[in-house]
Amino acid sequence: MSKPRLVLIGNGMAGVRTVEELLKIKPDHYDITIFGAEPHPNYNRILLSPVLAGEMTVQEIVLNELDWYKENNIRLHTGRQIARIDRVKRKVIADDGSEEAYDRLLIATGSTPFILPVPGNDLPGVIGYRDIKDTDEMIEAARLHKHAVVIGGGLLGLEAANGLKLRGMDVTVVHLGPWLLERQLDEVAGRMLQKSLEDKGLKFLLETQTEALIQGESGRVAAVRLKGGMQIPADLVVMAAGIRPNYALAEASGIYCNRGIVVNDTMQTYDPKVAVGECVSHRGIAYGLVAPLFEQAKVAANHLAGYGIGRYTGSVTSTKLKVTGIDLFSAGDYMGGRDTEEIILNDPHGGVYKKLVIKDNKLVGGVMYGDTADGPWYFQLLKDGRDIHDIRDSLIFGQSLVGDVGHAGNSKAAAMADSAEVCGCNGVSKGAIVQAIKARGLFTLDEVKKHTKAASSCGSCAGLVEQILASTIGGAYTPAASDKKPLCACTDHSHDQVRKVIREQRLTSIPQAMSFLEWKTPNGCDKCRPALNYYLISTWPHEARDDPQSRFINERAHANIQKDGTYSVVPRMWGGLTTPNELRAIADAAEKYKVPTVKVTGGQRIDLLGVRKEDLPAMWADLNAAGMVSGHAYGKSIRTVKTCVGAEHCRFGTQKSMTMGVKLEKMLFDMYSPHKVKLAVSGCPRNCAEAGIKDVGVIGVDSGYELYIGGNGGIKTEVAQFLCKVKTDEEVMEYSGAFLQLYREEGWYLERTCHYLERVGLDYVKSKILEDEEGRKAYYFRLLDSLKDARDPWATSREPQAIKQFIPIAVAVDA
Amino acid sequence: MSNWKPVCPLEDIPQLGSRIVRPATGGDIAIFRNAADEVFALHDKCPHKGGPLSQGIVHGKRVTCPLHGWNIGLDDGQAVAPDVGGCRKFAVRVDNGMVMLAV
Repeated sequence: MSKPRLVLIGNGMAGVRTVEELLKIKPDHYDITIFGAEPHPNYNRILLSPVLAGEMTVQEIVLNELDWYKENNIRLHTGRQIARIDRVKRKVIADDGSEEAYDRLLIATGSTPFILPVPGNDLPGVIGYRDIKDTDEMIEAARLHKHAVVIGGGLLGLEAANGLKLRGMDVTVVHLGPWLLERQLDEVAGRMLQKSLEDKGLKFLLETQTEALIQGESGRVAAVRLKGGMQIPADLVVMAAGIRPNYALAEASGIYCNRGIVVNDTMQTYDPKVAVGECVSHRGIAYGLVAPLFEQAKVAANHLAGYGIGRYTGSVTSTKLKVTGIDLFSAGDYMGGRDTEEIILNDPHGGVYKKLVIKDNKLVGGVMYGDTADGPWYFQLLKDGRDIHDIRDSLIFGQSLVGDVGHAGNSKAAAMADSAEVCGCNGVSKGAIVQAIKARGLFTLDEVKKHTKAASSCGSCAGLVEQILASTIGGAYTPAASDKKPLCACTDHSHDQVRKVIREQRLTSIPQAMSFLEWKTPNGCDKCRPALNYYLISTWPHEARDDPQSRFINERAHANIQKDGTYSVVPRMWGGLTTPNELRAIADAAEKYKVPTVKVTGGQRIDLLGVRKEDLPAMWADLNAAGMVSGHAYGKSIRTVKTCVGAEHCRFGTQKSMTMGVKLEKMLFDMYSPHKVKLAVSGCPRNCAEAGIKDVGVIGVDSGYELYIGGNGGIKTEVAQFLCKVKTDEEVMEYSGAFLQLYREEGWYLERTCHYLERVGLDYVKSKILEDEEGRKAYYFRLLDSLKDARDPWATSREPQAIKQFIPIAVAVDA
Repeated sequence: MSNWKPVCPLEDIPQLGSRIVRPATGGDIAIFRNAADEVFALHDKCPHKGGPLSQGIVHGKRVTCPLHGWNIGLDDGQAVAPDVGGCRKFAVRVDNGMVMLAV
């Protein structure tokens, strides 16, 4: 049987992305033909500005080389425009008379620059700004001529003006609006932008209408006449007064159009074909930025593949101007209105302006000029629709990157030199990241991580990398709303969705969960399997069976793997307390198993480093015999409860912090969680146990204890937030236990308490733990219940089936 | 050429897991078993920084190195793009429930 035929009209970013998405989920389903009007393979239109500015070459912005079409058996016809669609006979007819029949038709004809209906608009030297040809023409004009006029002070117009200026032309921007980028910026930011562009040598005429283009003696355009009679010289006129969806072809074939090809949420036209891209009008909106188009492409591909589950419901877009040295960012409803509130930070001399628009305690829009470091973070808050009530006080100051380590304290990507190290784990410079984004056509943080390794280890520089991505590709960049981000590439479901389904459907095994949730891979990957395993055993503690093969090696071997493949062993010392007998047993084990390094850890216990895997079971047996158990120093689990000396000995101590710490650590023994969990108990506010940077910090005061949650002393130093004050040891256990159970039930796998808290907000946690006594007791009960059969993993590892992994199989080799 | 040696019964390797085989001449070999009960054998050394692949998570026909997360194809020993590199593979098969390795 022959394959159904898919014809794509338009060899641009949206159309080709749809084909790529389709090939990803259903390769070889269609016989594919692509028609492109331009003589090039698919290229990154967004990067035409850097080409014009002389920062890149055309070859560098090609996204799909001709080989790609060949490898995927796609017939590509470049330089051929489709003249007509014959819907009755289901075929398309090209301008050279050739025909191609289709079963499904994908229309991605994009848009065309709007050419002002003024006399002289067809003169030589008058162009739109859309494609490689226009760019070449501008470069050529800059070589031969002096005066350029750009009509339109929008994103495209300003990027064109900047590029022409860099190529040595004298550039004037004629703009109808009251300030620049009035569709992206409010007046204050618009004026600041104008000032810095003027400093670069550009000239502006605002609230100015173009009346006619005047022909010179050579036949080429020579001047622009403005309303009011003023005339300015122009050897080149670039029309950048907006784009118009290209839907004439579709309309002529009788497909319903209304300022764009009208499509529904499945990206289908009234004729059940499919259309994507700038040519489309979805719920009355035609998008001109690439990010929404990629979202549309995904949905369209899903339907072409016959899965029929994707829906496109519209996009919130953000904007970044790709003019080197200018930092501006805007998103959502940046103007605000009568029913919104505004928070504004305005420092005209420092060149910084920030405005956040808030409605019903949610961020709905914002403009940033000069300091856009937090743009992606604000945009994420906006897309997530997070309640910002509890962070309102400090919201305008951004997501304080102070305290992040590993990138020399840098928080503003634009200000960094190309040679500056962005990712301290993998030694990746800003220049290398920019180069990879441009040369390999990367659009998402994940792609950048994969290709450059930046932000792929500890992740502390992810914010910086996102900024670099945003400023390199401008409006093409968009973060996925974090609560909808797929868990990994094996599924489209988010962490929240997966957790919900596991609970509601009472799923208790990984194969069951994968089949119910229609996992795309046969048995997941190293990212989703550990997450699923955790979600299953935390949701159904005595029902779901732990799957060791879905745990990272450390949790499988109950020891931390080291760079040379040996392991480290950390026996538990409850509350940081030990005895001569335990120390003797540790010393004996260190000698017996020839441990090369013995180290005191930050969690108040002793680490034996460099143990061979095959020695682990025997070593544990020796330590068990001396009464010691695993310290879980390797797990996404309870690690330690650090304590100070407290009232037992200290002259300042108000509470018995060691006793309290031991009680907490015993309560939480063998507790697995989304990520590691550390506690500390200090006996007085001098806080020698450093409780302020722990997941749960307890500080003794004369009248009881203060509880703090969500602290972190790692990649990002995060001070724990005050939860409440309690009187008794029992209350400390109940409140902190309830909070940890809430985190265990709602946290995403690999999300620390500080990130969980940032996501849901302290108010939410208070409502669950403080304001609802019954609820709190229920969380506490569920924690204790799930830990009732806690066991020392060292002891279980000696069981016959479990011990096999520790024993290498010897094989004789013939000489 | 091939010199097949019995290694262990198939059930001694967990599904989506591995065992280490230590030839008398040294150089650990990782033997993997996937969900479809296919077996694969690779030099137990990641092409990136020498991590023990046998300790990684097995999925599909790949293993993820425990040290820095490179994905290595089980049937060809090659790193999955965009990473580049490879490690030696060995012939391995199952005979009547016994895993046989060519060394």
